[in-house]
Amino acid sequence: MALFGLFSGKKKSSAAAAKERLQILISHERQNRHGPDFLPELQRDILAVVKKYVAVRDDHVSIRLDRAGDASVLELNVTLPEN
Amino acid sequence: MATVVTVTSGKGGVGKTTSSAAIAAGLAQAGHRTVVIDFDVGLRNLDLIMGVERRVVFDFVNVISGEATLNQALIQDKRLENLSILAASQTKDKDALTEEGVGQVLDQLAEMGFEYIVCDSPAGIERGATMALHFADHAVIVTNPEVSSVRDSDRILGILQSKSKRAKEGGKVHEHLLITRYDPVRVENGEMLSKEDVCDILAVKLIGVIPESKAVLKASNTGVPVILDDDADAGLAYGDAVARFLGEDRPMRFVTPKKQGLFSRILGGGD
Repeated sequence: MALFGLFSGKKKSSAAAAKERLQILISHERQNRHGPDFLPELQRDILAVVKKYVAVRDDHVSIRLDRAGDASVLELNVTLPEN
Repeated sequence: MATVVTVTSGKGGVGKTTSSAAIAAGLAQAGHRTVVIDFDVGLRNLDLIMGVERRVVFDFVNVISGEATLNQALIQDKRLENLSILAASQTKDKDALTEEGVGQVLDQLAEMGFEYIVCDSPAGIERGATMALHFADHAVIVTNPEVSSVRDSDRILGILQSKSKRAKEGGKVHEHLLITRYDPVRVENGEMLSKEDVCDILAVKLIGVIPESKAVLKASNTGVPVILDDDADAGLAYGDAVARFLGEDRPMRFVTPKKQGLFSRILGGGD
């Protein structure tokens, strides 16, 4: 708006950054919301095992528990780095 | 049948008590017999915001433990004849709020003919907060357009959807989002989450946007619910929110920056 603002160049607004961070965080927290209490610990342990062999980033492992009928499916997703 | 409206947020300092006082006063103004209960045992403040701090003799916990009757503990508002206040205890600890005890008091209030029971939840997710949530038919989630407040609101929504009485019985609590301390100028400048951003993230229907306003501090200084201040933008915005709660369709006000003069715009004033 202000005259000075015209010359300061475009930066991503801090509100946009806040929204992006919140969306990622909240979707993550919602996934864990309905799962059993041991799920976060299980995820940590599995990550530790995978890391012994492959260098993966913490956020490249996702774990979820789905219930279908009378069976529960534990789904583990590990994104391996290229090479 | 009384309707239980719980005002909650997770995070402290976002305006729960201010909003509880305003909503309760607004419902009473609209002609509904209303009682507002402070669930913040040990740290009561609703009495102060309602301007009845010198009239508290018995409180919520006294009633639950049988030391006083509900009639003795209820404080009749002097401005609105439809409105009563039930203060929290200042000395006893939170465990005094039992599910059975709270349930009985709510039932008794309904029998006395109150149409709306507004529960002012404490911050956090401890007993006082979960008790306030447990019996909710409606929940008003008070959120500031700020990351920690939005995150805590989402957490509270999770608790509502799993631990409340309605949820446990397979039903659903009606959720309403109330955004407070909104600054349209900062939103326009990209410095503050917009109401659309907050609605997107939380996926709850917006019931009102209360602008950041000097009138709120003035109202709490004097112990008058801000909704009774007809000259204040925040008071009018609360009035709109209560009307929407009661089913009226009203456009959002005070959500765009006030028009500035050309001179101040060129100089960058108002930032």
